[in-house]
Amino acid sequence: MNVMDTRATSAMLYLDGVHVSFDGFHAINNLSLTLEPGEMRAIIGPNGAGKTTMMDIITGKTKPDEGTVLFDGVTDLTRLDETRIAELGIGRKFQKPTVFESQSVQDNLLLALNVDHSVKATLFWRGSKAEAERIDKVLETIRLTEARNRLAGSLSHGQKQWLEIGMLLAQDPKLLLVDEPVAGMTDVETHLTAELLKEINRTHTVMVVEHDMTFVRELGVKVTCLHEGTVLAEGTIDQVSSNERVIEVYLGR
Amino acid sequence: MPAHLSARLCSLALSLFLIAFALPAFAGPFEDAVAKFANDDFSDTEEAIGVVAGSGNPLAFPIISALQDGRLMADPDSKKVYVTGADGKSIDAATGAAVASVPDNASAVRLNNRLRRSVDAALGGLTLQSPDVGTRLQAAQSVFKSHEETALEAVDAALAKETNRSVKTALGEARAAILLFKTDATEVEKLEAVATLKARGDQDALALLTGMGDQPASVTKAAASAIGSIQSSLAVWSMVQNAWYGLSLGSVLLLAAIGLAITFGVMGVINMAHGEMVMIGAYTTFVVQEVIRTRYPGLFDYSLLIAVPLAFLVAGAIGVLIERSIIRFLYGRPLETLLATWGLSLVLQQAVRTMFGPTNREVGNPSWMSGAFELGQITITYNRLWILVFTLAVFMILLAMLRYTALGLEMRAVTQNRRMAASMGIATSRVDALTFGLGSGIAGIAGVALSQIDNVSPNLGQSYIIDSFMVVVFGGVGNLWGTLVGAFTLGIANKFLEPVAGAVLGKIAILVLIILFIQKRPRGLFALKGRAVEA
Amino acid sequence: MTPHMLTRSLDRSATIFLAVVAACGILIPLSNLLLPAGSFLQVPTYLVALWGKYVCYAILALSIDLIWGYCGILSLGHGAFFALGGYAMGMYLMRQIGTRGVYGNPVLPDFMVFLNWEKLPWYWYGFDMFWFAALMVLVVPGLLAFCFGWLAFRSRVTGVYLSIITQAMTYALLLAFFRNDFGFGGNNGLTDFKDILGFNVQAEGTRAALFALSCLALIVGFLICRAIVSSKLGKVLIAVRDAESRTRFLGYRVESYKLFVFTVSACMAGVAGALYVPQVGIINPSEFAPGNSIEAVIWVAVGGRGTLVGAALGAVVVNYAKTFFTSGVLAPYWLFMLGALFILVTLLLPKGIVGTFNAWWDSSKEKRTAATSVSAAAEDGVTEPKMAE
Repeated sequence: MNVMDTRATSAMLYLDGVHVSFDGFHAINNLSLTLEPGEMRAIIGPNGAGKTTMMDIITGKTKPDEGTVLFDGVTDLTRLDETRIAELGIGRKFQKPTVFESQSVQDNLLLALNVDHSVKATLFWRGSKAEAERIDKVLETIRLTEARNRLAGSLSHGQKQWLEIGMLLAQDPKLLLVDEPVAGMTDVETHLTAELLKEINRTHTVMVVEHDMTFVRELGVKVTCLHEGTVLAEGTIDQVSSNERVIEVYLGR
Repeated sequence: MPAHLSARLCSLALSLFLIAFALPAFAGPFEDAVAKFANDDFSDTEEAIGVVAGSGNPLAFPIISALQDGRLMADPDSKKVYVTGADGKSIDAATGAAVASVPDNASAVRLNNRLRRSVDAALGGLTLQSPDVGTRLQAAQSVFKSHEETALEAVDAALAKETNRSVKTALGEARAAILLFKTDATEVEKLEAVATLKARGDQDALALLTGMGDQPASVTKAAASAIGSIQSSLAVWSMVQNAWYGLSLGSVLLLAAIGLAITFGVMGVINMAHGEMVMIGAYTTFVVQEVIRTRYPGLFDYSLLIAVPLAFLVAGAIGVLIERSIIRFLYGRPLETLLATWGLSLVLQQAVRTMFGPTNREVGNPSWMSGAFELGQITITYNRLWILVFTLAVFMILLAMLRYTALGLEMRAVTQNRRMAASMGIATSRVDALTFGLGSGIAGIAGVALSQIDNVSPNLGQSYIIDSFMVVVFGGVGNLWGTLVGAFTLGIANKFLEPVAGAVLGKIAILVLIILFIQKRPRGLFALKGRAVEA
Repeated sequence: MTPHMLTRSLDRSATIFLAVVAACGILIPLSNLLLPAGSFLQVPTYLVALWGKYVCYAILALSIDLIWGYCGILSLGHGAFFALGGYAMGMYLMRQIGTRGVYGNPVLPDFMVFLNWEKLPWYWYGFDMFWFAALMVLVVPGLLAFCFGWLAFRSRVTGVYLSIITQAMTYALLLAFFRNDFGFGGNNGLTDFKDILGFNVQAEGTRAALFALSCLALIVGFLICRAIVSSKLGKVLIAVRDAESRTRFLGYRVESYKLFVFTVSACMAGVAGALYVPQVGIINPSEFAPGNSIEAVIWVAVGGRGTLVGAALGAVVVNYAKTFFTSGVLAPYWLFMLGALFILVTLLLPKGIVGTFNAWWDSSKEKRTAATSVSAAAEDGVTEPKMAE
């Protein structure tokens, strides 16, 4: 058992030999990956490389057929469901911005706050000053203070992406999984998002899935390229983008 | 022999009577005997049975069988006796002349158990030598059931002349039954009888063997082993019977659910008016048969063949209409679709009720769908068998259609990725309409078949909707094979539970089991996995 | 600003609603009892009973709106909880008949004597006591909903699947209650009630009191629902309705929330059924018919799902229309109208009466505010393009 080797115990996230197949299609194939505490990692890869499925596995939405998924060196994520994993401190931003459209921006953040999420606690909830201050702070960070009372559904696409990042901040998880944060954003917004993620990375471990290479370059972090459910290359953006196999996969022969 | 003579005389009298119909009735021994039925005295009745049965008079059979069914009416005042038919028409038992009505004070001639046995025996004897094979077979079987000693002679006589194999077997069994109960039969005869009954091996043989009373030890022993072997073979047959009923129910469920598997399974549209499409198909059959009855009676046997394409077209057209006018505005809102189509089902039911009335409508079985045949110890009716065959044919055609035709390909393309399909030049809205029309049309075809075994009323569809949904959900949405397996599993499970739990409790148990099953596998037996499910 | 206005307008409609129900609950019984019969303002007893029925339906609609409107759970079997509450009350009323039944048996209800039953089945024990029956009105539907919901929500049966199995549930109960040996009177159900808590159920005073009680129950039910939906739990419910899996990824145990609200809703439906039975004088298995449950859903859709007030209003409006049309020459067309109502509401009025009105009111108010306070609008206008750049 090499599960308990030193690398695994110190890692924030440790995936080893993970397999998933859907009706004979191998979505994830012997995937191994580690994320150190405080690290920010960018995941790239063509469509169908298994990026979203990997996030599904980490957050408990999909159960792997085999393999090890450890969080914080000790917790086996394959045995837990989404709620439990979220409670442990893994937050996720979806590829398609998913906010609660019929509720106000600040209610979205309120729902995301990492306070007691039991039925009883929410039924008898009374707002506290500390909570209000945290929401104010997040609103400021994501530049939506003015829009706090607007319905989330009325926000622009970019604003929704930011609101979802804001919800991650309110959730204050140990590990953030961010799926395509800049899809559909303008260049300015993309730049601001990169800045925001770097800011977040000071206190959190982050995994970003993104297609936008300029964005990935701007993040300036270690890059992992996935292909057909397995790691194709790992290293700096320059190393990865000059890797022959990566070029082959992206551009075809 | 006087009885023989009287029979002669009687037949002479009758032939005279038949030749000269208008002549006043000539009171012979037959007529006297008939009159005795009116005395309301068991011994007189017994005597009358003997005379009438031995008379050779063609009226003997109708009289005695009427006596058996309680249709022999006697007027105690005029001493006249009448045979009333099942159709309500009556004849004078002594003369055979039709009478307008039976007098009010006439009452059915009463029987007791002893008399009933002699009636059975008399009937058996009367018809054992009938020229008609069917009548002879029936007679032999009725002797078998009554196992009246008095019939032994008649059976032996008939057996000597009989050439037909199945009648011969039946006569042999009848003889065995008589011998088994005959106190003075030899041990050898009785052992032979037991062997014959064992070979027959059905419920009736079992009843005779278990109820045979005191017998020599060797016979009792042979009977016990025969009972054992019959019981185990009957147990197997009852399994086969349940399986057949299950297959039959399964085919009905499949037929009702198959269209739903298209609209719900392939398109994701919850069509609560699906049952009404089935109903419309059944009413199409009714209309076709009405037209044939009034205009072209000779075509009746082809009525279903004409109704199938018509029902497909009618229900399919209505389906297309519904899709274009309602469903297409509700794509992506399954719960709203559910409500709107429920409303639609109310409208369709009420429309049919207004047009055809609220009561059941008569839909006949063509000759090739009526009747039944025996397979070992079970009876298989032709209509059930044809429905099973028909269902499987529809299923196969549908499967082939989805796989090999252009529409099938387009349908699958649109289901899997609507936007991509549209950008590749597929007219998605046309495909939607046609898919929904196809599902509805198949429901219409199901209605044609179901009209053969169910009441055709405006509520016909409602009784199938929940079952159909259960089948589709159980089998797994979006998978026709799942629907097939689901339908037959549910059908067979239902029929095996029924004898244990009773029909209603069995059905409840099935519903509860499905509810529990869905907990375990929320996407059904044959579920699709992966990202496609979430879309 | 919109949500504030929304809550304010909801508060306004809630206040109006509560005032109207309270006024009806007081004035109608008083008019029935105090004014001379035949007087212009006197509400005849048959109308009191009829409106009492509507009020019970309104409570049922409220319970459906709580789960459908706020949590996205479309139950097509809520009639089952209503009927179970009704049966619990009916069992109490049966036990009160005592020796006044046709067979005069002091313990066994008539139908059991008729079936040659020797003694009371165990599940009938205790129903001679009102407090026990009243408890069962809540416990039986609540327990069924809890068990059913625990199974269904834990394995994530959602959407139409859930709708279909709730329908199967009520259908199974329908079949079961039709059986004589089930011990609830078979297809005749429970009827021929004599008195409730010592008062004659037929008496005008009792009917008026039952009506007032139903109105009170509607008010209490409404306040409970309001308290739930305006708490943080209500926000979680809406989150579940709009994006269930997102809510899960935020660390909410979605199945617990659904189970809570489903059980509360079933208890409410049970109370509605319990109040319904003494007023209509009978409970039989047809109350379990799947059609009834779907009809109750359409009341909510007509009134406006997710508005609470709308649900109650829809129940009264649709049932008033039903009474009106089915009693006249138009009776054969009622089903056409009901069917058309289902179709037209889903196609043309998806927000229902109250929802549409609220939306209209908000937009017209927004226009008025926009006209007066230009600065506020300008502020909004500035932020938006900046972000969309």
